[in-house]
Amino acid sequence: MATNKRYRDKQKRKDAFISIFIGFFAFIWIFPILWTVWTSLRPYNEIISYGIFSRPRSLNFDNYVNAVKEMQIAGYLLNSAIVTIPSVILTLFFGSLIAFVVTRYKFKFNLTILLLFTAGNMLPIVLTYIPVFWMFIWVGELFGNRNMFYNNYAGLILVHVAFQVGFAAFVLSSYMKTIPKEISESATIDGANVFRHYWNVILPLLRPALAALSVLMTTWIYNEFFWALVLMSDDSKRPITSALRRLQGQYVTDFNLLAAGAIIAALPTVILFFVLRKQFIAGLTLGSTKG
Amino acid sequence: MKTATTSKKTRSRRSLSKTDRFTLSAFVGIPTLLQILLLWVPAVVTIVLSFTYWNGIRLTDIRWAGIQNYKTIFLNEPLFYEALKNNGVWLAFFVLVATPLGILLAYQVDRGIKGHAFYESIFYLPVVLSLAVIGIIWNFMLQPGGFVQGLMGLDIGNAISIWGNPDINTWVILGVASWRHIGYIMLLYLSGLKSVDPALKEAAAIDGATEWQIFRKIILPTMKPVNIIIVVITLIESLRAFDLVYIIYGSPTIFPLLNLLVFQNFAGQGLSMKGAAYAVILLVLCIVPIITYLRIVFKEDLK
Repeated sequence: MATNKRYRDKQKRKDAFISIFIGFFAFIWIFPILWTVWTSLRPYNEIISYGIFSRPRSLNFDNYVNAVKEMQIAGYLLNSAIVTIPSVILTLFFGSLIAFVVTRYKFKFNLTILLLFTAGNMLPIVLTYIPVFWMFIWVGELFGNRNMFYNNYAGLILVHVAFQVGFAAFVLSSYMKTIPKEISESATIDGANVFRHYWNVILPLLRPALAALSVLMTTWIYNEFFWALVLMSDDSKRPITSALRRLQGQYVTDFNLLAAGAIIAALPTVILFFVLRKQFIAGLTLGSTKG
Repeated sequence: MKTATTSKKTRSRRSLSKTDRFTLSAFVGIPTLLQILLLWVPAVVTIVLSFTYWNGIRLTDIRWAGIQNYKTIFLNEPLFYEALKNNGVWLAFFVLVATPLGILLAYQVDRGIKGHAFYESIFYLPVVLSLAVIGIIWNFMLQPGGFVQGLMGLDIGNAISIWGNPDINTWVILGVASWRHIGYIMLLYLSGLKSVDPALKEAAAIDGATEWQIFRKIILPTMKPVNIIIVVITLIESLRAFDLVYIIYGSPTIFPLLNLLVFQNFAGQGLSMKGAAYAVILLVLCIVPIITYLRIVFKEDLK
C-alpha cells in the first residue's frame, strides 16, 4: 500500500495549496458585501472629510435608523411580505395539485399538462407583458374597479404564481415519482376520496420537497422586480426590491444611507439562506439536475 | 403485463366517484386555467400583436402591419444589432469563462478541503441577493469616490466613469454578472459531483492519471446530464439578461440588450408594436435551449 500512501500525501499537499487559492478567491468574492456593510456603519460626513480609506472615528447603526425613518423601509418590507407570502403558498399549493394528479392518476393529458407547466416557466417573461397589462386593466374596468388587478397586490401575486407554478409542478412531480405507488393504492382501497388522498396521504409525504421549494421560491419572488415595476403604479405599494431602484436615484449622494437601505433589503433572503441552507440547496438541485 | 396495467387503469378509472372526478378536475383545472390565461394566451397574443400597429388603448384601433415591425427592427435599428452583439458577448463569456470557472470551483471545493461548507456559502451568497442590491453594492465599489477608484489613486476630482466608458463597461458588467452566475453554477455542479464515486478518482490517480485526465475522462462523462443542463441554463440566462443592466443604466442606449429593448419599446413608443416584435425575436432565440432542456428532463416520459 506504499503507492496508496504516496498518493494520499500528494493529495494532502495539493489540498493545502488549493485551500489557499480557494480562500483567497472567497475573500475577493465576499469583499464587496463586507465593504458595503462597513460603509453602512460609518457616517457620511466622516467619509467626506477624511476619505473612504480613513480610520473609522465612529461606528454605529445611525444610518440604519435613518434609512428606516427616511426611506419608509418598513412599508416597503411589508409590501414585500404581502406579495411574497401568498405567492409562495399558492404556488406550492397549485404545484402540488398538478404533481399529485399527473403522478398518481393515468390520464392521457398528464404529459401535456406537465410540459405546458415546465415550458411556461422558461418563457421570457417580457413575452407576456403587454397583454397581461391590458388584461388586468380591462378586467378591472369590467368590474367597475380599475385597480382590481392593476396597481394591486392581487394582480402581482397572480402573475408570480402563474410564472413559478411551472417550476413547482415539475420539481414536485419528479419528487413524487420517488414515493412508492403502494401508499396511494392502499389509501384508495381504504376508501379515501381524492381530496383525502391528497390532503392526508400525499401532502405530508411532500413536506421535505415543499420545505426546500418554499425557501427557493421566497428568495426568487422576493428578489423579482420587473413585474412590480410595471404593474404597480403607486410607489408606496411596491415591494422593497423595486423601490430600491428609485431610492438609489434619490439618495445617490448619501451612499452610506443607501448602503444601509440595501443591507436591510438583502437581510430577509440572506438570513433565510443561512438558517435554511440545506433546504435551499436541496430545492435548487431537486429541480435542475433531476435527469 | 400490458393487460394487467390496462385492467388496473380501467379499474381505477371506474372507481372514481362523481365527487372524485369533480375534485380532480378542479385540482388540474384551476392551476391550468391560471397558467393558460396569464402565460400562454398572453404569449400568443404578443406574437399576433408583433404583426400590428396598435397604441394599446382601444381594440378597434389595431391595424395590421404585416412584417413591417420586423423590417423596421432589422433595417433601421442600429441598437438591435448592438443588442445582439452584447447578448452574444454575454453568452460567449458565460459559456467560455463564467460557467467553466463555476465548474472548476465546484471541483476544487468538492475535494473536501477544510472549511468547504464555509466557502460554499460565500460563493453562493451573491445568488440570494436581488439584482437591485447587487447593483447598489457594485456601484459603491466602482463609482467616483468608491473603493476601486480609490485604490487606483483617483480621487473624486480625477474620477472616471467606469459604467459610461464603452471600452471597459462590457467587461465590468460581465464581471458583476459572473459574480452571481459562478456561485449558481458551482452549487448545481457540486450536487452532481457528490454522486461520483471517489474510489474511481483515487484508482485513476494511483494509476498515474493527471488531474486534468481524471476530470476529462471520469468526471465529465459521468456528469453528462448535469453538463447539458448547465449549458442550457447558461444559454437561457444570457439571452434573458436584463435586471442588472436595467438597474445600472435605466435605458438601453449605453449597453443595449434584447430584453432592455423590449422593455423600452413597451414603455415608450406606443404606436407600433415593435416591443412585441422584439419579444418574439427573443423567444425565437430561446426556443432551441428550451426544447433541448425539455427533451433532457422528460427523456423517459417522452419515450
